[in-house]
Amino acid sequence: MEDIERAFREAHGPAVATLVRVFGDISLAEDAVQEAFAAAVERWPRDGMPDNPAGWIVRTARNAAVDVVRRDARGRELVAQAAREHDEAVTVADVTLAEEDDVSLRDDQLRLIFTCCHPALCVEHQVALTLRLVAGLNPGEVARAFLVSEATMAKRLVRARYKIKAAHIPYRVPGDGELPARLRPVLSVLYLVYNTGSDDREGRTALRTEAIRLARTLATLMPDEPEVLGLLALMLLNEARLPARGPEVTLLRDQDRSRWNRPLIREGHDLAVAALRHPRPGPFALQAAIQGAHCAAATFQDTDWPAILRLYDRLVSVMPTPVVRLNRAIVVAEVDGPAAALSLVEAIMPELAGYYLLHATRASLLERLGRIEEAQDAYRRAGELAPSAAETRFLVAKQTAMNKFAAD
Amino acid sequence: MSQYLLSVYASTDGAVEGAPQTPEEMQSFMARVMALEEEMDAAGAFAFGGALHGPDAATVVSGGTGLDKVITDGPFVEAKEHIGGFYVISAEDLDGALAWAEKVVEATNHAIEVRPFRGTGRLKDQVGH
Repeated sequence: MEDIERAFREAHGPAVATLVRVFGDISLAEDAVQEAFAAAVERWPRDGMPDNPAGWIVRTARNAAVDVVRRDARGRELVAQAAREHDEAVTVADVTLAEEDDVSLRDDQLRLIFTCCHPALCVEHQVALTLRLVAGLNPGEVARAFLVSEATMAKRLVRARYKIKAAHIPYRVPGDGELPARLRPVLSVLYLVYNTGSDDREGRTALRTEAIRLARTLATLMPDEPEVLGLLALMLLNEARLPARGPEVTLLRDQDRSRWNRPLIREGHDLAVAALRHPRPGPFALQAAIQGAHCAAATFQDTDWPAILRLYDRLVSVMPTPVVRLNRAIVVAEVDGPAAALSLVEAIMPELAGYYLLHATRASLLERLGRIEEAQDAYRRAGELAPSAAETRFLVAKQTAMNKFAAD
Repeated sequence: MSQYLLSVYASTDGAVEGAPQTPEEMQSFMARVMALEEEMDAAGAFAFGGALHGPDAATVVSGGTGLDKVITDGPFVEAKEHIGGFYVISAEDLDGALAWAEKVVEATNHAIEVRPFRGTGRLKDQVGH
């Protein structure tokens, strides 16, 4: 049964993608794929898994869709619509056999991804569509991961499909000119899915696996896009270090580096190097390179801070957000000392007053400068703003340790 | 081909953000818009367009089928913003419409809302009688 589930998940994206191209209708494609899954559940346990489960699903779903087009009202409406759009008589055979011999799974999958992440859709809808259609998660799984009810998630999917259809959001891979702008929402959706999976709340860890799987697919489909490679590298390098983090917060300097996943680090590192070869590397490539530099150090003391600072300078130039500037300041502390870093952090404070990591960083810098009372206040503030219980515990422990220090 | 409404929203007092202030700005604004409209014509994309008077000039007729009709002063909905002007354009798909919208934004210096038509023309043509 697990084999079947995995096969379904892997077949869902390619099958829906192909059927949307052939039939021009997302709902019809989804229904046909569901029908093929139902047939598989009945036949596979009896007859054994086919050699190419995904191919079997695509073929069976296609036949199911052809049946729908032949026999029901929705099919007639599709044919009529195709006729209106092409201003000519179109028959059932034209619709169902369109480009029958041009089965380019690669382009179909890209088309589907770019349609799901079209900038005319809001982020919630982009995420819902991508996880449902491309990754093949069921709506219940997606709903639980994003802490909304199944009804809310179903409504999002209905609205998103409606807009695609009503506004005629095209089903195609953007041309070279628009590609950078159109790729950005695709990459942010995948990164958002990965990060949503980064806390260990139930039902969320699967999102990391799915995000990596989608990023791998995208990297296979667009091997020359440095930001795609950078995104995959960033995910892999983060994933590689997760085993060294327990349920409690563990700072990078305290992590047991022998628990890092070396093969993943090597793969992420190679991808980051490839992404960085581009003349003007983007934010994902640079962030991956920074994580790669951290992973390359055998111990915290071996970290090449000046090299990381140079990468941060480049990152700030393409992505001058306050959070990036805060992270750069943390590196400045290692290169130029805590006083230099503190003045940078305090300059960012008005923009990030509600962000717990700003206060935690400031606290740690004040602590290093021996300004104990101010450090305590900053740890307290960070603890109040921390988003999870584990982080609050960590910060309260820090503050308490300061108390002892002050009492001594 | 699909048709789309590209509309500019103006605040109730008629002010449009980014509108030309000086005679020179006005001249260059008009030159840009006219050039764009020529481009739309050449591409066969221009269906209709216009600039509207403000909501102060609006009158509402209400009532209903078979009931007395009531005429009242003012816009239909009291809102901070109203449609100030619009184009109706033809495009292959939303990306085509968005490309025109980008050009309108560039020429007019206003934000543009793009909405697909559910149907256009006379109802009898839409329902296919």
